[in-house]
Amino acid sequence: MYGSRSRFLTIMLWLGMAFLYIPMILLVIYSFNYSKIVPVWGGWSLRWYIHLFQSEEVWNAVILSLQIGVVNATFAVLLGTLAGLAMVRFGQFRGRTLFGGMLVAPLVMPEVITGLSLLLLFITMKDLIGWPADRGFTTITIAHITFSMAYVAVIIQSRLTGMGEDLEEAALDLGAKPFRVLKDITLPRLAPGMISGWLLAFTLSLDDLVIASFVTGPGANTLPILIYARIRLGLRPDINALATIIILVVAVGVAAAAIIMHRHQKRIAQEQQMAAAETA
Amino acid sequence: MSENTAMEERAAIFDKAMLGKLADWAQSSWRTIVVVLPYAWLLIFFLAPFFIVAKISLAELLIASPPFSRMIEWTDSGIMTIRLVFDNFAYIFEDDLYMSTYLNSLKISTISTFLCLLIGYPIAYGIVRSGPVAKNLLLFAIILPFWTSFLLRVYAWMGLLADQGTINNLLISLGLIDEPIRMLYTEFAVYVGIVYTYMPFMILPLYANMEKLDGSLNEAAADLGSKPTNTFFTITLPLTTPGIIAGGLLVFIPATGEYVIPDLLGGGNVLMIGRLLYDEFHRNFDWPVASAVAIVLLILLVLPMTIYQYYQGKSTGGA
Repeated sequence: MYGSRSRFLTIMLWLGMAFLYIPMILLVIYSFNYSKIVPVWGGWSLRWYIHLFQSEEVWNAVILSLQIGVVNATFAVLLGTLAGLAMVRFGQFRGRTLFGGMLVAPLVMPEVITGLSLLLLFITMKDLIGWPADRGFTTITIAHITFSMAYVAVIIQSRLTGMGEDLEEAALDLGAKPFRVLKDITLPRLAPGMISGWLLAFTLSLDDLVIASFVTGPGANTLPILIYARIRLGLRPDINALATIIILVVAVGVAAAAIIMHRHQKRIAQEQQMAAAETA
Repeated sequence: MSENTAMEERAAIFDKAMLGKLADWAQSSWRTIVVVLPYAWLLIFFLAPFFIVAKISLAELLIASPPFSRMIEWTDSGIMTIRLVFDNFAYIFEDDLYMSTYLNSLKISTISTFLCLLIGYPIAYGIVRSGPVAKNLLLFAIILPFWTSFLLRVYAWMGLLADQGTINNLLISLGLIDEPIRMLYTEFAVYVGIVYTYMPFMILPLYANMEKLDGSLNEAAADLGSKPTNTFFTITLPLTTPGIIAGGLLVFIPATGEYVIPDLLGGGNVLMIGRLLYDEFHRNFDWPVASAVAIVLLILLVLPMTIYQYYQGKSTGGA
């Protein structure tokens, strides 16, 4: 139902876009400000970028965050895909209601509660079995996998529901074993969903401050923890520079992913058309 | 099938017993593995921690490591004693600070949710009513900020709202005000921050709901002489209730426990429960009270979370 957008809706759209984007545009502009006091304009300069690149602390935080992000996303896709398959394709099984509940709850659970409860778990586990001995990379990664897999499971569930089961049923009728159907039909068709899930899990991990600051240990500062420690005391021009770099990387990454997905879908549509033409 | 037997033969050459058994095991029990792996993970790292929080909320504060008393203790004669201390909950309910903080959090998250709905609804409706190309671009524009750092989006508003910030500078240079208006570190700043960062969570469920609406209903109403405002309130609005509920809960629940926004934009002036919990744990090291605060917050949010889960289950077609 498109084509008829009233003037009121058009104005609201423009205002909404302005509301979403003006703060970020200003953030970027002030990163090129020579002045040490952020809102006072002192001419164009790249000094805060140079300042940023010389900071070893920032580099260490970036590396730690990227490592956690990659490991988290990989495990979250694995566990989230399995969870999505179980929820959509396995019908009723014992404990399904509890499973479904635990899969949705992390999406809306306030971060302070998740952070506090995981920290208390890690402390209790160390008390009982001596693991994890130190808090840092491992504990943050486990915490991130726990909430990221729930997001992946949502993507996988909606994709599985949308795909239907026709191809799988056909393969089973032709005598393929269920495991082979999963490996050769279901998983390849899920691949785009798994890629989006990986990217989402990676971003969620890079973005998390509250849970990470609960479960981290001494010396393990992720990028959000470092940024937060700096901006708590007020505006800092080097953080504007860091923000600009992050916004740039995200915008390029998301745009590239969107274009690749779009082309992929177009190619599949073309192949299907050609196949249809051949059989006709 | 022939490929399968060929592979089995090859495997047999390498190690008949081992690989054959492994393949059999994978064939027969992969369904169990699919369920058990994520299930076990969530039981250990999601469900079990809540029982630990509940346990510690019933303990006493000790100056020790860990800083709380044990629930189960064995006396010398081998008798088990269980100690449950409800003082922490009594403390929370009797202290005005905690009660007013809970109420203030609920007030702020409720008003923010309505503001998000008020601004987000026309935006979502505008996107649905746009042409196919504009629709994709607008959706992309709504989702893009979601991929950038939450923390930095809050930080952007610190620069706008500060006494020496962009908005005050602009108003002063236009001659509209002489003295800067205090906006940063007020409740107003917290509202702006929550509405700004949670807006996509309101717009996307609304959009998903509105896109499924049948436009012919509106046309039929118009043909029968209904005015657009009347059509909106009698047809469109009731049909988008599921989207409003899903979007509203996605804003309301996390906003109630929000920590970063009241801390960075509210300063010390805005009391919210997430911030109080964080401070109780990290600054006062009072784990039992922090755990009790978490349990009470969880109880407050159980109902909205259950409603959300019900709608989520329906929309993914799982249940």
